[in-house]
Amino acid sequence: MATTSPETAQLDAILRVRESTVRFGSVVANDRVSFDLVQGEIHALLGENGAGKTTLMRVLAGLIQPDAGSLEVHGKTTTFDSVVDSAAAGIGMVHQHFMLVPTMTVAENVSLGLPSAGRLFPRTARVGRELRALSEKHGLALDPDARVADLSIGQQQRVEILKTLYRGARILILDEPTAVLTPGETDSLLEMLRSLTAQGTSIIFISHKLREIRAIADRVTVLRHGKSLGTYSVADTSDAQLTASMIGRDAATVSSGATTPVKRSLTAVPRLATMQLGVTDKRGRSTLEGITLSVAPGEILGIAGVDGNGQRELADALSGVRRLSGGQIELNGRPITASTVSERIALGISHVPEDRQHTGLILDVSIADNLALETARTAPFSRRGALDRAAVREHAERVIRDFDIRCKGPDQKVRELSGGNQQKVLIARAVTQEPSTLIVSQPTRGVDIGAVEYIHGQLLELAAKGCAVILISTELDEILALSNRIAVIYSGTIIAVHDRAAVDVGVLGMNMAGRAS
Amino acid sequence: MTRTSTARQFIVRVATGSEFLSIPVAIVIAFVIGGVLMAISGVNPLSAYSALFDGAFGTPQHIADTLIEATPLVLIGVGIALCFRAGVFNVGAEGQFLIGGMAAAVVGSALSTAPQPVTLLAMAIAAIIAGAAWASIAAVLKVFLGASETLTTIMLTYVATYLVSWLLNGPAKDPNTPLAQTPALTTSGLLPGLWPGTTLHIGILVALIVAILAHLFLRRRVEGFQLVATGLNPVAARSAGLPVRRILISVFLASGALAGLAGFIQVAGVQGKMIVNLSPGFGYTAVVVALLGRSTPIGALLAGLFFGALSAGGASMETSVGVPASLVTIIQYLTVLIVIGYSAARTLRRPTRTPDGEE
Repeated sequence: MATTSPETAQLDAILRVRESTVRFGSVVANDRVSFDLVQGEIHALLGENGAGKTTLMRVLAGLIQPDAGSLEVHGKTTTFDSVVDSAAAGIGMVHQHFMLVPTMTVAENVSLGLPSAGRLFPRTARVGRELRALSEKHGLALDPDARVADLSIGQQQRVEILKTLYRGARILILDEPTAVLTPGETDSLLEMLRSLTAQGTSIIFISHKLREIRAIADRVTVLRHGKSLGTYSVADTSDAQLTASMIGRDAATVSSGATTPVKRSLTAVPRLATMQLGVTDKRGRSTLEGITLSVAPGEILGIAGVDGNGQRELADALSGVRRLSGGQIELNGRPITASTVSERIALGISHVPEDRQHTGLILDVSIADNLALETARTAPFSRRGALDRAAVREHAERVIRDFDIRCKGPDQKVRELSGGNQQKVLIARAVTQEPSTLIVSQPTRGVDIGAVEYIHGQLLELAAKGCAVILISTELDEILALSNRIAVIYSGTIIAVHDRAAVDVGVLGMNMAGRAS
Repeated sequence: MTRTSTARQFIVRVATGSEFLSIPVAIVIAFVIGGVLMAISGVNPLSAYSALFDGAFGTPQHIADTLIEATPLVLIGVGIALCFRAGVFNVGAEGQFLIGGMAAAVVGSALSTAPQPVTLLAMAIAAIIAGAAWASIAAVLKVFLGASETLTTIMLTYVATYLVSWLLNGPAKDPNTPLAQTPALTTSGLLPGLWPGTTLHIGILVALIVAILAHLFLRRRVEGFQLVATGLNPVAARSAGLPVRRILISVFLASGALAGLAGFIQVAGVQGKMIVNLSPGFGYTAVVVALLGRSTPIGALLAGLFFGALSAGGASMETSVGVPASLVTIIQYLTVLIVIGYSAARTLRRPTRTPDGEE
């Protein structure tokens, strides 16, 4: 591995973290982390969830004061007591969750809390003019007078970037900026970041997607278990080396299992089938139309597509959360269209919702309670309505062992777990119901590579046991790695269905963009 | 996830935070501030507090007064605590209480010659049904039409107040008196005493049993487990197949029923008839009782007893030392403000102190 020589980096480092340590109670989130940033570079921070990336960023943003270690800006040792200090040093942070007021315009949002815009009655017109110039200079294509609520997620992210630039940031920190973006938006973001660095801005880019890091970063610092494992030049380091460094084992195992073919059983009656399924939203607009799909026992049917094309509605309709406006759903040839969520669970249809924090888990209750949430009414968790807490706890202990969930114990609140471990709780809840059919949405969104591998293994194993799996994912790689058949959803309809063996990635891409092959 | 439901979950977290240790501290702070206010107005705080304590616990009758004051607060408070746990903010218990009392008095008058157990049981059932029915209006508006229950329950309290006032001046009025009240109940409609030599009636036992049953319900029953889960994340609860609507309506009806039951106990145990001023604001104070009890039934029981002691003692403090009883109200609300403030500060601060990334 080619580590950048310390001497050259030392010369033009505009920002340097030396041996920074941050403790949260007994947890050491950052353990003597060192890191430096060179003028005009894009420096990626790579690491699993819980590796300490976000903590390091919060130190740089002045949100957390490290317990030990030092910070240098342009070679001068300094401390950031608050966000104000960090901003004064030219550091601007773009959070994963945007800090914007949706009902205000772009210019108004930028003016918020900005003394130079005037405190009581901000001169948003002037700010707007300056923003327009700044936006043109960097090719951001933003209208300062647009209402934030009317902007797409990608555009809102540009507002955040523009906001930090307007406030004079020379160092941008982006926390997993692509997690919320569509592939197209990701491409234009990366392009924009490159043009920013060409004009002298330096960027810290937090991600766990190797492909993006390879596409954009000059150097990468790998974090694991709160320690910095070294800084590498991206061009001189292979993916396998980076992955190995990040997850602490040989990367060859990462993709294993993914290519194992699963034979499609050809039973006469499919396990789950939909006929002309349709869904309309509250305002009466059609969000799903004419969805006809079927999945056989032992088969994984992948639903590919760009986010926001009806995936959520499809998952909700199949699991019973959302009522149909038309069509039928059948399980083993029997209609279940009118069945509720709990009836479907009792019939063997489990589901993993896409958003673990909001729709999947209850963050403020324990792991044990979350695991029992869906089936609390049945044995062994309860008898005639009386909850058996011991059985709930015992089940959780077994699951924690079997699924290798890193936690303090079954009574720990799910809120305190890392994203990957939260997702494992959610997957385990579905898998331990021994479902005959599984509807799983975005099973690995925002989880680390180790957990991805594990979750993929679980899905394959479930299918091998004869479970029919509907896998809804916006990660094409995931769909390709796991599915026997691939359906592409576009604008609420299924635009094409391919056999995995015969699929052409180019055609899939065209389908996802709305063109039937 | 909409903004309002996130705010709602935040409120549930603040209202149910389990910082029990902070409560005695908050009480002490509130008493110290109350003492400072007394000193400013020229009264020796120690003699005032000793009068307060004497008024609450000094004689058997004073203890009885404390328990009698606590009874409706505990009953209503437990119901409101259950609502808070489920994430609905029923703040209209005052109206449900009045409607319950009214129904109990009407049934009690009608059955004035029936045997005591029959009359009392019929009155209790009528009060429970009436309270639940009054709450059901807001429950249906909330669950099926999405109307904010905080607004509808408050407005329905006004409707209940004036409805009761009209009934007491009209159809339900005792023709033999110029006062707006129902005819006095016969002995068959009065609650039996519990402690000879005092006015204590069996209502406190009912409150005690209700609090314990509610506690066991939350701890041991699947429905209780589902109720708590729904309060903390209704979206996830729905997605997990829990009958969210049924849970919300049930808890609403249960709290209305408990408020109605409290109305019955106040009519049959204290007043002996329905009057316009049946409640000195029990329905509102009980909201505070539920909050101070951290939205747990046992907490509401303890907080209700504490508030009962303060009300009973406050009255005697006023007569013997000349400190206005409203100072007691200040202490009550200060205690709750300190507890809530502390809990909110903790809940607000917690996210920034999670180890990494996810929040």
